[in-house]
Amino acid sequence: MTTAIVEAPAALVTEGVSAWFGAHLVLEDVSLSIPSGQVTSLIGPSGCGKSTYLRILNRMHELVPGAALAGRVLLDGQDIYDAHMRPADCRKRIGMVFQKANPFPAMSIYDNVVAGLDLTGRKVARSEKDAIVERSLRRAGLWDEVNKRLAAHGGALSGGQQQRLCIARALAVEPDVLLMDEPCSALDPTSTRRVEETIAEIAGEVTIVIVTHNMQQAARVSQQCAFFLAGEDQPGRVVESGATASLFDSPRDPRTADYVQGRFG
Amino acid sequence: MSDLSLPGHLGPVHSPRRVVVRRSKSDRAFRGGVRASAVSALAILGLIGLFLVLKASPALHKAGWSFLTEQRWQPGINRFGVAALVCGTIVVATIAMLVAVPLAFGSAIYISEYAPARLRRLLIGAVDLMAAVPSVVYGLWGFFWLQPRMVGVSRWIAVHVGGAIPFLSVKDASTPSSFTSSAFIAGMVVGVMVVPTATSVMREVFSQAPVGEREGAIALGATTWGVVRRVVLPFGRSGVIAGTMLGFGRALGETISVYMIISPIYAMTTHPLQSGTNTIAALIASQYSEATGIGISALFAAGLVLFCFTLLVNSLAGIVVSRSRSGALTEI
Repeated sequence: MTTAIVEAPAALVTEGVSAWFGAHLVLEDVSLSIPSGQVTSLIGPSGCGKSTYLRILNRMHELVPGAALAGRVLLDGQDIYDAHMRPADCRKRIGMVFQKANPFPAMSIYDNVVAGLDLTGRKVARSEKDAIVERSLRRAGLWDEVNKRLAAHGGALSGGQQQRLCIARALAVEPDVLLMDEPCSALDPTSTRRVEETIAEIAGEVTIVIVTHNMQQAARVSQQCAFFLAGEDQPGRVVESGATASLFDSPRDPRTADYVQGRFG
Repeated sequence: MSDLSLPGHLGPVHSPRRVVVRRSKSDRAFRGGVRASAVSALAILGLIGLFLVLKASPALHKAGWSFLTEQRWQPGINRFGVAALVCGTIVVATIAMLVAVPLAFGSAIYISEYAPARLRRLLIGAVDLMAAVPSVVYGLWGFFWLQPRMVGVSRWIAVHVGGAIPFLSVKDASTPSSFTSSAFIAGMVVGVMVVPTATSVMREVFSQAPVGEREGAIALGATTWGVVRRVVLPFGRSGVIAGTMLGFGRALGETISVYMIISPIYAMTTHPLQSGTNTIAALIASQYSEATGIGISALFAAGLVLFCFTLLVNSLAGIVVSRSRSGALTEI
């Protein structure tokens, strides 16, 4: 058996990705190269297709009845939509944190963190599990707040804690990529700051793609940025992408300038 | 910058203020109307109970507590009781649940989690149609189609398992008529009849498992079975219990198909595979046209027992659902 040793976390490349809901084209020809070990933010007004694009990156898009897509999504050069790739296997490597925190409410905090191991059929010894739980909760910045009550229900935590629990749960399966779909939109400013700190801490180890409505947040947390925009009755497209700093400071496209300066959206 | 706060206040507060909501005329009229319909449902239930008690009281008076322990049904000589009937009713309903629950559980999981959208609609329609088939048709099907095919199964169980488990044996396993008209066959038919009830309740609750939790599990790399095990079943456990109990409640009261299949006996149903059993509902259906005087009253007393029994089972099912997470639809 050969084991590939990957030094840096995987990079994602999308080639000509388009998406439909039924006959309605919502996203057209998105080709982006998402560098490994960095934070890439996807920004744009509501309905520009950025969340749809994110859900294409770990095959969550296809769960919606009537959803279809075109193009390729390459994880370390391998198309995750290849016929021999099982959706569950690709999702093990590309984790996701959702807009609304969704811990399993009837499970303890401990069980929530290791739920992914159990769901993917990985048998892990108790002592190793304990280590994974501590490590994941530490990385998500939640350990100090919950280490005395790991047996409490996940649903009993505050909204911000629940979201960090979901981040810990996603990190516990050691994904190469972590997708975050507006992870702070339902959180108060303090919780938002904690989540952003978490993102900064894990950024080197995991490739992060984050969808956000909040341009300040995009500027704070991401090194790379892509601006999505959909014209009236038009599918969403990438208007401009590149280093976050240059996109915010010296945008090439006037629409990007208008958006990042808060003139619309 | 000006200060927004107003000078002075109303003095120290001693008690909360009373808040009066004045409703409009049309609102009050509508309220009254719907309240009346809601109350009438309760009133009808109460009146049925009262009616049963009144009609049953002469027989209950005469029989006393022996009504609950007597197995025979001979009102003419004042020997009548529900002991054998209650036993038969529970045996038939229990067999029905053994058939119905696995079938209902499997189809509910398949319909809500696995079936492609078009097949799902078809299956939901088919299950609903099963509920629309009249009891008497199930009775005919059970008697003429199912029974001849089940005799062999009954005999196999009696011969091979009956030795080890005495209640599964029969007196004379060599003659086919030992196995016809038994509690087992009646229970099979009733089981098929309650599948739609149980399936609908279970499927409904399964499909309400929160999308957020489902997606959370899927995003961790779960298979459909993983989602079922970790999200759908923990959420829908109460639905399984409620579906089972509602099905049980229906099975207890099922009348005509049981009446068509069983041959009535007036003794405890101790050997469900053997010919002969009796249920409260089947007894009432078979006797009411010929009964007179105290006999009629005795049937009402039996009906009262069934009424209380089903009320209890259904209430328990209701409590289970309302206490569970999946029953409280407002909380997701």
